[in-house]
Amino acid sequence: MLRRLLAIIKKEFIQIRRDPPSLVMVFVMPVMMLLFFGYAVNMDVDHIPLAVWDQDQSQFSRLLTENFVQTRYFDLSYRVQSSREVKALLDGGRVRAALVIPPGYARALRRGEIATAQLVVDGSDPLVARTALSMAELTSRYKSQEMRLAVVDAEGVPVPAGPGVDIRARAWYNPGLESTKFNIPGLIGLIMQNITVMLTAFALVRERERGTLEQLMVTPIRGIELMAGKLVPYILIALVDVGLALGIGVFWFKVPVVGSIFLLLGLTFLFLIFALGLGMFFSTIARTQLQAMQMTMLFILPSVLLSGFIFPRASMPLVIQYLGNLIPLTYFLDILRGIMLKGVGIEYLWDDVLPLAVFGVAIITLASWRFRKRVE
Amino acid sequence: MEAMAIEVHNLTKRFGAVQAVQDVSFTVPAGSIFGLLGPNGSGKSTTIRMLCGLLRPTAGSGRVLGLDIISQAEQVKARIGYMSQKFSLYEDLTVFENLRFFGSVYGLTNRELDLRCRELAARMKLEGRENQLVGTLSGGWKQRVALASAFVHQPRLLILDEPTAGVDPVSRRIFWELLNVLIAEGVTILVTTHYMDEAENCHLVALMEGGRLYAFGPPERLMAEEGLPTLEDVFVRMATRGGQPFA
Ligand SMILES: Nc1ncnc2c1ncn2[C@@H]1O[C@H](COP(=O)(O)OP(=O)(O)O)[C@@H](O)[C@H]1O
Ligand SMILES: [Mg+2]
Repeated sequence: MLRRLLAIIKKEFIQIRRDPPSLVMVFVMPVMMLLFFGYAVNMDVDHIPLAVWDQDQSQFSRLLTENFVQTRYFDLSYRVQSSREVKALLDGGRVRAALVIPPGYARALRRGEIATAQLVVDGSDPLVARTALSMAELTSRYKSQEMRLAVVDAEGVPVPAGPGVDIRARAWYNPGLESTKFNIPGLIGLIMQNITVMLTAFALVRERERGTLEQLMVTPIRGIELMAGKLVPYILIALVDVGLALGIGVFWFKVPVVGSIFLLLGLTFLFLIFALGLGMFFSTIARTQLQAMQMTMLFILPSVLLSGFIFPRASMPLVIQYLGNLIPLTYFLDILRGIMLKGVGIEYLWDDVLPLAVFGVAIITLASWRFRKRVE
Repeated sequence: MEAMAIEVHNLTKRFGAVQAVQDVSFTVPAGSIFGLLGPNGSGKSTTIRMLCGLLRPTAGSGRVLGLDIISQAEQVKARIGYMSQKFSLYEDLTVFENLRFFGSVYGLTNRELDLRCRELAARMKLEGRENQLVGTLSGGWKQRVALASAFVHQPRLLILDEPTAGVDPVSRRIFWELLNVLIAEGVTILVTTHYMDEAENCHLVALMEGGRLYAFGPPERLMAEEGLPTLEDVFVRMATRGGQPFA
């Protein structure tokens, strides 16, 4: 029993070592994907080039401009004197936004009237546009109070009744609202899943495709030994990949692991069980490596879209959220983000751990059942 | 040791609507070499796969080395050596790695493996290529590695499905010399083939066609009964007139 198991494990490692595509998939792909996505999926927009057309030329209009620049979301690239220049800069793509301060700005503020300035945004890149608009809104809301206060100090005029509370929004866990912090744990989960599923699916399909499975089946080897012998090498490889991905996340992207690293590894292992089971399951359906690849791809797409990897689940329609509940990656991302960013312990994660365990047991059972059937 | 290495009775296999093997019965005495002949799709591989425990018969029964092919399929597997029609060793492993792998699957210890590999390399004329990747070997070499691998656990029965298909004549001759040595040692061999010269080397032959067995017996007897000079003539006659299935 043990001898047969070891024989398979050893053979599997020799084969991986001799197969450059496997090696690439095992060691290069996770690193590349993490670096590539880590930067490409960086959805922070900052240093938006800004043109300012200050028609007021007052202390207050300069303050407003300064406030915009201080956020670091905007760079003051041009000061202009006409709407024609504004249009030309926006058309030429040399600025993405233009702040237009009308002549009566300071006077309106002094009188306690609503002072209006205009921010023109290039809407062709929705992400940039949205960021610019929301930052402008934040800045002006938050700063308008300060400005009003400044007015009070200078002139001794009572402040008109406005919202009495400071509506300063502050993000927890990720104070800088940096999307890297949010993305890297997600990426680690996604990469783990894809590589593990693909490798395991290939491992068995390859045997079937090349006819070696038939030779194995006339030996006394049992289905369970074959399956375990195939899983062990890929569990080890997956763990190395976890280490690699975590290392890059922590040391390169500076995403901390606030919570317990052991809990993180333990629950990652749980997720790996699921991914391995899924790969095994695919291999019992697919006849060729190409089919296995296609199945994996077909599975990756919904897990990217629905798990909350890119799009926050809270903003999805309810039906889609329910669908997301059927995707184990959803729970694993919660776990990863919970442990890495919030530092929560297992007591807050049961909601995610239990469904994940259920999925894992279910797919492994299904895969072994199908596997045994195929062996017959 | 059983007197009969293989006994099958009314072995039948259906794949949905396809009747792949129909009421096939024969016996192969231990120590003999039995050639199963027939055109493509006649049911040879299916018959063999039922004997090896790879397929479950739809009907009928059989014993291999005294073991029931249905209820004792696992014990059968441990005691026979099988070469499938499609080359099915690991091409990305070396000759020795393949032998060692299959040897350990059959339960050989490391010490036994070392001995066995060296012995097989000599016997199966594999010397000089022990550490070459199997995928880089030519057809004849591959077949000898496959034979060595099927024989790694010293089974008393070898089941070989078209072992020499597509192999050059010199390699075919070497291969048959190896088989004859094994026969001399008392190993029973079931082999399927297209080549009539190979069939004439067999103690027993049978012709299959459309899932049925049409003739069974020593080649000399079949030729004498039909009054024809070669086995090929016998089979051509059987095939053209339809013939009575052998039962
Ligand atoms: N797994 C299978 N499913 C369906 N039909 C099969 C299967 N295996 C073999 N057959 C069919 O059974 C018949 C006999 O095939 P086979 O035993 O491979 O013949 P041979 O080895 O003599 O060429 C063929 O018609 C083949 O198409
Ligand atoms: Mg065949």
